[in-house]
Amino acid sequence: MIGMLKEGQIMKIHYITGIAALFVVAVHIIVRLITPSFSLSLVYENVIKNYHNTPYIILLESILILVAIHGFNGLRIILLELRQNKPWEDGVAIFTIAATIALIAYGTRTIIVASGLGLG
Amino acid sequence: MLGKKNRGIDDSRKDNTTHSELTHKTVILNVYRANARKDDSPRYDTFEIPVQRWMTVLDALLFAKSYSDSSIGIRYSCRMASCGSCGMKINGIPRLACYTKISELSGGRTITCEPLSNFPLIRDLVTDFSQFFERHKEMAPFIRNDNANITDETMLSEFKQSPKDVDQYLQFSYCIKCGLCYSACPTVATDTRFPGPQALSQAYRYYADTRDNSSIQRLNIADDRHGIWRCHFAGSCSAVCPKGVDPALGIQLLRGHLMGFSRNEKKIAELRDPVSEQ
Repeated sequence: MIGMLKEGQIMKIHYITGIAALFVVAVHIIVRLITPSFSLSLVYENVIKNYHNTPYIILLESILILVAIHGFNGLRIILLELRQNKPWEDGVAIFTIAATIALIAYGTRTIIVASGLGLG
Repeated sequence: MLGKKNRGIDDSRKDNTTHSELTHKTVILNVYRANARKDDSPRYDTFEIPVQRWMTVLDALLFAKSYSDSSIGIRYSCRMASCGSCGMKINGIPRLACYTKISELSGGRTITCEPLSNFPLIRDLVTDFSQFFERHKEMAPFIRNDNANITDETMLSEFKQSPKDVDQYLQFSYCIKCGLCYSACPTVATDTRFPGPQALSQAYRYYADTRDNSSIQRLNIADDRHGIWRCHFAGSCSAVCPKGVDPALGIQLLRGHLMGFSRNEKKIAELRDPVSEQ
């Protein structure tokens, strides 16, 4: 996938996901802070309740996708500067794409299971 | 009195004399000595050089070479910051030796000359610029204009450019390829395939030139996995340029075009009609 995109296009995605992640994480923090029961926010029932709130699920999924893409592309850039040869660069690209997909898939699965959407 | 002694690398920078104390009329010149073809460990040779108010570091090095040790390896030519041959690290900062007056240095009586970083060493203060020039060539640093007919000699003419058109790239054309920016660049130090600030700013120089109509090809060259996006914008390239070029600015402007923040279309300059203007 990275091979199909030009570096400029990848970096555009990198910058956009970075700015968007800042926004959604800020919204997430504000929502937590303005919730009256902040000290109880990690209580099991409250967590499950959050996962049944559709806008909040969308916010969490957005954070997951944006941070995963931005973070793993950042890691790719760091690793590219570490060594320069084709096997290493191709390996780094494959690893970061696989890790991004795996993290998003696992996180999405958690959101689906916790929200009850996965229960037939 | 002239003297020479060998010293280890560790004790080469212990003189803390201030600039105002440069009243001794002599300076201590530490010169890095090493030969890439031999396995000798690097060392610093120390020379005591009598100074005049106008003396440059290159003058001091040539004095040491003439009167103390003729084997010191230095590359120089014009002695007026035009050729870019005498680049070296002076007191740790990449500078042109011919353009650096001893009286301007803040290290007191001690001057340490070392070869440029990020370049393979040949001998003493002389480094290999092959890779640097290769990176420069990769950016196609020349005007390309398929519409200009250069085969018919009678029609050979010049492009019409306004002063505003020239201002777009003028400062970048002052580059003398001395390699100081390349030496100061932290990305070049880690990424061996990064073109470096000189090559990328020259890519912008020709990109911005209205006589050139191959902007897309040039953008494609810079838009590489190890290309323009690897610049960390440390700005050290611009800080060390002896000609006042701002390579970091050129890189950011070119990035702006690649990101689509700046207009990519430019009006290509027309050729002056030699027949009608005769």
